[in-house]
Parts: sequence; structure tokens; C-alpha cells
Amino acid sequence: MSTSTATVAAAPGGLNLVGRQLPRAAFPAIGAGAVAVTVVLYVLAPITSRIQFVLIAGALYLIGQTVASIAVEGSRRATDRGVTTLVYLAFLLAVIPLVAVLASVISKGAQRVDVDFLTHSMRNIGARDAGGGIYHALIGTLEQIALASLFAVPFSLLVAIYLVEYGRGRISRTISFFVDVLTGLPSVIAGLFILAFYILALERKPTGFAGALALTILMIPVVVRSAEEMLKLVPNDLREASYALGVSRWRTIVKVVIPTALPGIITGVMLAVARVAGETAPLLLTIFGTDSINFNPFSGPQSALPLYIYSQAGQPQQVAIDRAWGAALTLIVLVMLLNAAARLVARLTRVR
Amino acid sequence: MSSEPDGPRKGSSRNDTTVAAAKSASSSDGARVKPADALFKNLTRSAGLGLLALIAAIAAFLVLEATDALSANTGNFLTTTEWFPNGSPPVFGVAALLFGTLLTAVIAMVIAVPVAVGIALFITVYAPRRLATPLAFVVDLLAAVPSVIFGLWGLIVLVPRMEGVQKFLTDYFGWIPLFATDNGVVGRSIFVASVVLAIMILPIVAALSREVFLQVPTAHREAALALGATRWEMIRTAVLPYGRPGVISASMLGLGRAMGETIAVALVLPASFDISWQVLSPAGNTIAANVANGFAEANDVGRGALIASGLVLFVVTMIVNMIARAIIARRREFSGAAA
Repeated sequence: MSTSTATVAAAPGGLNLVGRQLPRAAFPAIGAGAVAVTVVLYVLAPITSRIQFVLIAGALYLIGQTVASIAVEGSRRATDRGVTTLVYLAFLLAVIPLVAVLASVISKGAQRVDVDFLTHSMRNIGARDAGGGIYHALIGTLEQIALASLFAVPFSLLVAIYLVEYGRGRISRTISFFVDVLTGLPSVIAGLFILAFYILALERKPTGFAGALALTILMIPVVVRSAEEMLKLVPNDLREASYALGVSRWRTIVKVVIPTALPGIITGVMLAVARVAGETAPLLLTIFGTDSINFNPFSGPQSALPLYIYSQAGQPQQVAIDRAWGAALTLIVLVMLLNAAARLVARLTRVR
Repeated sequence: MSSEPDGPRKGSSRNDTTVAAAKSASSSDGARVKPADALFKNLTRSAGLGLLALIAAIAAFLVLEATDALSANTGNFLTTTEWFPNGSPPVFGVAALLFGTLLTAVIAMVIAVPVAVGIALFITVYAPRRLATPLAFVVDLLAAVPSVIFGLWGLIVLVPRMEGVQKFLTDYFGWIPLFATDNGVVGRSIFVASVVLAIMILPIVAALSREVFLQVPTAHREAALALGATRWEMIRTAVLPYGRPGVISASMLGLGRAMGETIAVALVLPASFDISWQVLSPAGNTIAANVANGFAEANDVGRGALIASGLVLFVVTMIVNMIARAIIARRREFSGAAA
């Protein structure tokens, strides 16, 4: 390719600190060459995918740049340039799926989401029928994550307080270790546990409550860890000042430490809620799903957005898949709103 | 409030001083431990112990509900590849499922880790400082997308597009046993499932690697550059050796996450129960995906069988996670003084 455009950077007689470098214009030229060769390949060979186009063009650019750089600048700098290109490509490679996922969800979901879709259930609507909506699933998801937060937050907060304020020695280390174990617990295992414990051993019917219990297990380690971090950030001076005034230990924790750490704790809780709102596997095993609206999480099966997406996506009809995209858009908006709110809380309360 | 603790920055010892102060304060005016104080302490401690009980209960109830099915099983649970727990007599084994679980997770890790390390290097070393935080946020955004949406996208959007890539791989690299295929290429395969998993574990591995790369002492990096190293040589001699344990444990955590991922795999993989290294063939299954796919038609023995397979997954992911945590913990002791 364009190796011949190399110039000698050293001024005659001057002190050469930089060495011979490729001119800036060489890189767009190599890039254009790489794309051109790829286009030629496309015409000659039966390649169809856009993913391949990007990969081949990227590889060709890397080869061209390395060859040019070795010829002009030497192998050390050529390696450096090669790695730089690879690192930029790696970042690009991460952004592509994000953009692709968001683009398909938004473009395909927006065609389906409207007021009718948000306010109707799937009752009396077969898989092949158009129409139907996600109202029942939306209610289920909101009730389940509310219940799960209600169970998980106080419990996790107590565990975090124990670990930061009281815990020392073996028990505390063991608890801390098992919080990590719980962090790595696959979500489907949480579902299987509630299935084994609540539905099979206690012989209860699957309800939204059972789903909320499974989500609770998934929320606990996330909330404990973030609350722990936030409690650790509370300056010791505050605690000592409170003790010096004769305030007892537990009142210090409740009245001084927790209020100071509260914004951070709220952020952590919201991120945890956002995480469990998208969980499907535990709900599949615990709430069973229904096509009708069920406001009561304590009796009868409920639906949930992720479960709705899963069941609609598994069907061959295009109308069902369209419904899945519509629900996916709603779910992603819900999760992103929770994330944004969490970051907003963190930002608004940070300055002090 | 400042974001840095003001006290001496030695982790746990910070609290010890508080405790000592509180103890001496209470002991000086006699043995006056307030009942409310003791109550609150016991409340928090019982919550902590409750967490331990929860883990024990998870293991206990999985074992309890699996035993009936395991005793009804006419095959060997660990070596049988078939999965007919609803038949009479029931025959099922976890061998093929476990194989698929490990294979998809390992391929996902092989794809994701180099890219994740690249992203972490990009954010910590290459990106302009002002852009680093927003770019890190973009990668974190990937972690916020629910797994069922990755599954939907993988099934509807990615599978048709990956068909060409897979045909290319099997046409030109089919002589490698891994890329050979007896049943042709239809899109849904272990390989595509691994690509979806790789995308899903990418943000976790990238975020953890980024954390360790940020901890590399600036003096190390500047020393390398001052000796005339290029940027890559600086990374190779200063950043990577320092960050290696962190990257390894991040990869292990990603591996654990990939093994437990359920819905995305259940949507992308066609369920089949055989052990095959042909990653491009339309076949394969994982423990977690099998739970999602097989649950609806499972009878009593079937549910027990799924719970038993879940127990295997629980043990395997726990081992992987423990190894990862052990590496991190050793690192923390090691770098505590340097930080």
C-alpha cells in the first residue's frame, strides 16, 4: 500500500530527537486502501455479512500500517502502533453490540409501543393474533421489584452495618466471604432454591411473592456491598464526635452514620433494583406467568416483563416477536430510568 | 463530605480505633452497656448470621429436593448424556449439559478477555483524560441491558447475521476439529451462544481490569517512559505485570457469570443432549438453559432432575468464584502497603 509516501523527518544538520516518522497523511491513506481492498474482495468473493466487512477491513488496515511502520520507523514503533490500533478496535468492538442492541430494540420496539400496548393484557389473545399488551406484565414487574426491595434493603443494611461497625474476627470474615459467593450465584439457582423451598417443600402455589423472594436473594449481595462501601466512607471523626457528646453507639449509627451515607446507599439500592428488574430465569421458575391482569402478588400466578419477552420471543409468529420487541423497549426504558435516577441521586448529593 | 476517608487509611484498623475509643469510654464510667446498644448489635449480627443460614438453606434444599429424583434415576447422573427425566423409567445425566456449560463459557471467555483488556487499556492509558469517564460509562451501560434482551437480540438479529461468518469459518478452517461440522450451519450454535455470552461478560471483565490498571503506581509508568519505552513497552513492563492477578480473577468472575447465564443461552441454543466439540453445529445445551427449556413440561421427577443439575451448577460456579476471590484477596494483601 502507501509505503512510498514516507518522508525523512530529520532536518538536515539538525538534532534528530524523534527519529523517522510516518507522515500523518499515511494513516487515512492506509485506511482507504484497506476499505478499497475489502470492497474488491466483496465483489470477487461471496461474502455477505457486514460484521465480516468490518473485521476484514480492520485486519487489512492493521497489516498495512505495520508494514509501513516497520519500513519507515522500525519494529519497536511498529509494534506500538499495532497495539494502539488493536486497543482502539477493542473499544469499537464493545460499542458495536451496545449500539446494535439499543438500535434494534428502539427501532423495532417503537413500532409496537403505544398507549393501547401499555394498558392491555394478553387475555383472550392467541399467539397468532395481533394486538395484546404488557399491562399485566408491567404490574407484575413493578410489584415484584417493590416487594423484593422491601425484603432485601433492611436486611442488607443490617448486614452491612454489622460488617462495617461491629464485625471483626472470623464470623465477620466468613460473612463477607459468603456475600461474595452470593454475588456470583447464578440467578437460575436462586429460582431453583425458591422452587425447592417455597413451592415444593412448603407446597405453596407459585405467586408474585415467590418471584419476589427469588429476586430478594439476588438483590441482597449487591445492596450489602454498596452499602458497605458507603458506610466505610463516613469519616471516623463524625462517629467520635458523636461518642464524645455521650451518644450511644447504636444511636450514633442510626442518627449520624446512616444519614451521612444515605445518598450512596440509595444509589446502590436503585442499581440493584435495575439489575433484578431484568432477571428472567428466577421468575420463570417461581411466578409461572399468566395472560391476565393479577394485581395481587400473594395469590395466583403473575406475569413479568422479562418473562413476557421470553415467552413471546420463543414463538414463531411475527406478531409475537413484535410484542417481544415492544416489551423489550419498555423494560430497557424502565432499567435505564432506574440507572439514570441512581446516578442523579449520586450526583446531586455528592457536593457538600 | 469528602470522598476520601479522613482517618488513617488502613482499612479495618480504622474501625478498631473507634471501637477501642468507645469501649474505653463505656468502661470508664462503670459497666453500663446500654441494653438498646446490645440489642442493636445483636440485631445486626443475626442479620449477618441469617445470610450464612440462607446460603446453607440454598444448598440444603437443593439437595433435599434432588434426592428423590436421583434415586429414581436409572442412569448414572454424572456420566449419562441423555435427559429423559419424565420417562418411565427416568434416565438422565448431567454430562452433556455440564460439557456444554463449560465449553460455551470458556469460548466466551476466550473471546471476551482480550477485548476487555483492550477496553481497560483504552480507558486507562490511551483515551484522553476528559473522555475516560464517559467512555467507561458507555461500557458500563452494556452491563445494564437485561439478559433476556440480549437473548432476543441474539436470536432475531445476531443469529441470521452470524450464519455467513460461521460458513466462512467452517469452509476455510474446517480442518480444525473445533470448526468442522457434520450437520451444516444454520446459525444457532454453541459459537453464537458464546458470542452473546462474551458480549454479556465484557463489561464486568473490563470494569474489574480497569480498576486494577488504575491502581498501577504512576511512578512505575513514568519510570518506564523515562527510560525511553514506547507506550506499548510501558504497558508490557509496568501495567500488565502489576495488573495480571486482577485480570485473571476478573476473567474467572466472568467465567462464573457466563456459566450461570440462562435466558440468553436458552433462546439462542437449540436444545440437544450430546457431547460434541463441533462449535458451529446446530447443537448444544447448558445446565442453566436446560432448566429454562425443560421446566414447563417437567413432572415431579423432572423438577427434581433439574434441581439436581442446578446443584451441580451451584458447586461449579462456587468453585470458580472462590478461586477468583482467592486471587483478589492475595493481591490485596500484597499491594496493601504499595497503595
